[in-house]
Amino acid sequence: MQTINNVSRRKFLKALGISSSALVLSVNLPGLSLLPKVFAAEENPEKFIPNVYVEVNSNNIVSIIVHRSEMGQGIRTSIPMIVADELEADWQQIKVVQGLGDKKYGSQNTDGSRSIRNFYKPLREAGASARIMLEQAAAQLWKVPVGECKAIDGKIIHQKSQKSVGFGELVAIASTLPVPEPKDIVLKNKADFKFIGKSNVKLVDGQDIATGKAIYGFDVELENMVYVVIARPPVLASKVKSFDDSQAIKIKGVIKVIQLEDIKDPVGFKPLGGIAVIATNTWAAIKGREALKIEWDVSHHSSYNSSEYKAMLKESCDSPKKILRDKGDTTAALANASSILKAEYYVPELVHAPMEPPAATAHYHDGILEAWACTQTPQSAQGTVAKAVGLAPEKVFINVTLLGGGFGRKSKPDFVAEAAIISKQLALPVKVLWTREDEIQNGYYHAVSYHKLEAGFDQNSQVTSWLHKTALPPIGSTFNAKAKVINFEGSLGMIDMPYDIANIKCTAGKADAHTRIGWMRSVTNINQAFAVCSFADEIAHARKENPKQSLLTLLGSDRHINVNKEKAKYGNYGEKLKEYPIDTARLKQALNKVADMAEFTPVKENGNGMGIAVHRSFTSYVGCVVEVSKNPQGHVKIEKIWMSADCGTIVNPERVISQMEGAAVFGLSLTLFGEITAKDGVIEQSNFDSYRLVRMNEVPPIEVEILPSHEPPGGVGEPGVPPIAPAICNAIFAATGNRYRKLPLAQYNII
Amino acid sequence: MFTLNINGKPNNVDEEGDMPLLWVLRDILKYTGTKYGCGKGLCGACTVHIDGLATRSCVLPISVLGQNKITTIEGLSDEGDHPVQQAWKSLNVPQCGYCQPGQMMSAAALLAENASPNDEQIEQAMSGNICRCGTYPRIKQAIHLATELSSEIKGS
Ligand code: FES
Ligand code: FES
Repeated sequence: MQTINNVSRRKFLKALGISSSALVLSVNLPGLSLLPKVFAAEENPEKFIPNVYVEVNSNNIVSIIVHRSEMGQGIRTSIPMIVADELEADWQQIKVVQGLGDKKYGSQNTDGSRSIRNFYKPLREAGASARIMLEQAAAQLWKVPVGECKAIDGKIIHQKSQKSVGFGELVAIASTLPVPEPKDIVLKNKADFKFIGKSNVKLVDGQDIATGKAIYGFDVELENMVYVVIARPPVLASKVKSFDDSQAIKIKGVIKVIQLEDIKDPVGFKPLGGIAVIATNTWAAIKGREALKIEWDVSHHSSYNSSEYKAMLKESCDSPKKILRDKGDTTAALANASSILKAEYYVPELVHAPMEPPAATAHYHDGILEAWACTQTPQSAQGTVAKAVGLAPEKVFINVTLLGGGFGRKSKPDFVAEAAIISKQLALPVKVLWTREDEIQNGYYHAVSYHKLEAGFDQNSQVTSWLHKTALPPIGSTFNAKAKVINFEGSLGMIDMPYDIANIKCTAGKADAHTRIGWMRSVTNINQAFAVCSFADEIAHARKENPKQSLLTLLGSDRHINVNKEKAKYGNYGEKLKEYPIDTARLKQALNKVADMAEFTPVKENGNGMGIAVHRSFTSYVGCVVEVSKNPQGHVKIEKIWMSADCGTIVNPERVISQMEGAAVFGLSLTLFGEITAKDGVIEQSNFDSYRLVRMNEVPPIEVEILPSHEPPGGVGEPGVPPIAPAICNAIFAATGNRYRKLPLAQYNII
Repeated sequence: MFTLNINGKPNNVDEEGDMPLLWVLRDILKYTGTKYGCGKGLCGACTVHIDGLATRSCVLPISVLGQNKITTIEGLSDEGDHPVQQAWKSLNVPQCGYCQPGQMMSAAALLAENASPNDEQIEQAMSGNICRCGTYPRIKQAIHLATELSSEIKGS
């Protein structure tokens, strides 16, 4: 549990040369040894003390430090909503300040759908402590019992005398008060919330976005800055054998061409190496790169060909290297089954494709490194950069810009390290920009995976055994070249399969990685939910049951599932099972809700098919129904998507809905078009023509409903994605009788 | 030397004629509201108006621009209150927001030509703009709202 400390002791503030006009509260341990550089764009440095979440200023401005990265999920709005609510601040007095990368904030890794899940309570306490201290300050000022002072809308009110005083006028007194003990922090009653759970504030960055003023990683401009585009090895871990830059340096605007250090195992977050073109503008750098002649010393990864790899994965499923969950005796149960259903599923390699490719600006000067980057993980950027340029981490200052989408790509700070290394070498501020081709061809890919499932039935068509065998290259391979079998990935939708079946076995085979394997929005839930939720639908049809009814039967009685009792190591997204159980009642609730919303029936009177799926991930529960129509030529059209979302307690319903809408669109893209393939180790796709994303005309209406809940906050950004692909394919089956088990659907010419 | 008419002001640019307008705007003149997404005319992130028409600036060499009027997101309105901007804010359209300048420029060009487009016309005009975050349903809603807002403005 994080504790709250008052770090605004006058002595401390004096030591930093900051006036005591600010009441500063921080959640987490305040290590006070350094004062990082301020964000360049801000003119009042006194408000940028980074080891804090709340700062009440004497001018009545309440600064709330957002230490998580904004990438479209709305965190720069939601965190202030939490703090302001408990603080009883007026929304008009809130100023949002982006925190630098600093471990004093606790984790800043904005991935895993956990910003609210992990910080809801600490942030409420930060706001509440400030409110309590301001009430105490007012009581001192008026010499009345503190119980008679109450914070309302940015003021403390003395109800008896009708006196009131603004927060700003109380900071001097409040700064002298002790921080309340955790046991003395009284949080508001949920019924009294003004912001939490409401959709009554506009996006904090809405105005800047609407006027083009919002600053993303691509947009950072420093004086005397040079622009850099890099030719990276087309095959992972290849080396530069030789290069000729004679044509490149003739191009107007090209300043210099430099060779970067070749990458060594493990690749981790290290830059990929290659040849960097330094120029006075991006266009010159791009043209310079085109004019380079590079000969590569190609690595063993040139053996990577996607079609052969797929065949290898398929075989690998049958020689498991790890048993990830083992309940009962699946082998015997299958042998004794009265009938068996088998199916194989395949999801190709995928790439993030945020609209803004990675970009970082760095300036190495005076023994420090300052960087501005669209990073999801400023602390790991800090650590990676520090290593790359040989500085202590506290000499590295990572400023987080807005992210033009992240989806996991920007959790990997290789691009920030590139900028840092080049800035150090040139002794200049540099901006490294990844083109779309770079982003698609040199990514950290979502692993390609193969799944073989078997279900055994008894005479009454009840499922008695479930076998799920998979093979895919593990994320661990990026950090340890010897890793060939998945580990924690099993916890993402495979071993937590929630059906009530007596015999269950999940296994993983080995697979050598030939690209950097990373995590992408929803991670392995994408493929595992595709396999599991498609197969559940196949079970329904095999036993001639309504798919929704069949799912309810499979889910069984209301219960909490503890797969750890079944020879499994379940990660549960870092949460305790006691607080965040796998709850079949919530799965059924989400399922029933979405079925009602859509008036689910497998085949409608007009012949349209409906598919249904429900999946728990990141501790949230999402149900999905998709409706498709078909024309006489055999083409199908997705007519509508319904989603029900149980994300526990939610802060900003409007942003939860927008995340579900976005997840549906993300899921559509990967279902219809998503496919990265390699030939001789080189990625064959390069831009939005070969790596298609859905466009407006391809997106049906999306209807989302949130299930009210008092459970602890769950994930929001990712849980909407996994049920989309299976619901689409289940709908297509209902409409056409054709089952598609290999993604993407574009290969079948049915769209 | 080229003189570009951007948001009503002349700008002298001493660059090669093959440089796409996108990079002139962003790197040379520091109008960073216009975004890079693909560089190949495939995503619409770089959309600006050339004489009122939505145009992909990443594939538009400055040499072809004479006295044409160039409008960027920064010049769409003085106060950020173009009906499209108002509608975008009011419906909280953006997620990450990166594609949105391009989306708004496409939407504004559409509305200038067709005061009340139907869904199909909206889809047609907007299908060159990709939004990876998936804000399409809200963009569509916001364009309808913007048509109402503009008719109110005209009406009043
Ligand atoms: S950047 Fe111009 S269309 Fe994509
Ligand atoms: S809002 Fe993020 S790409 Fe459109």
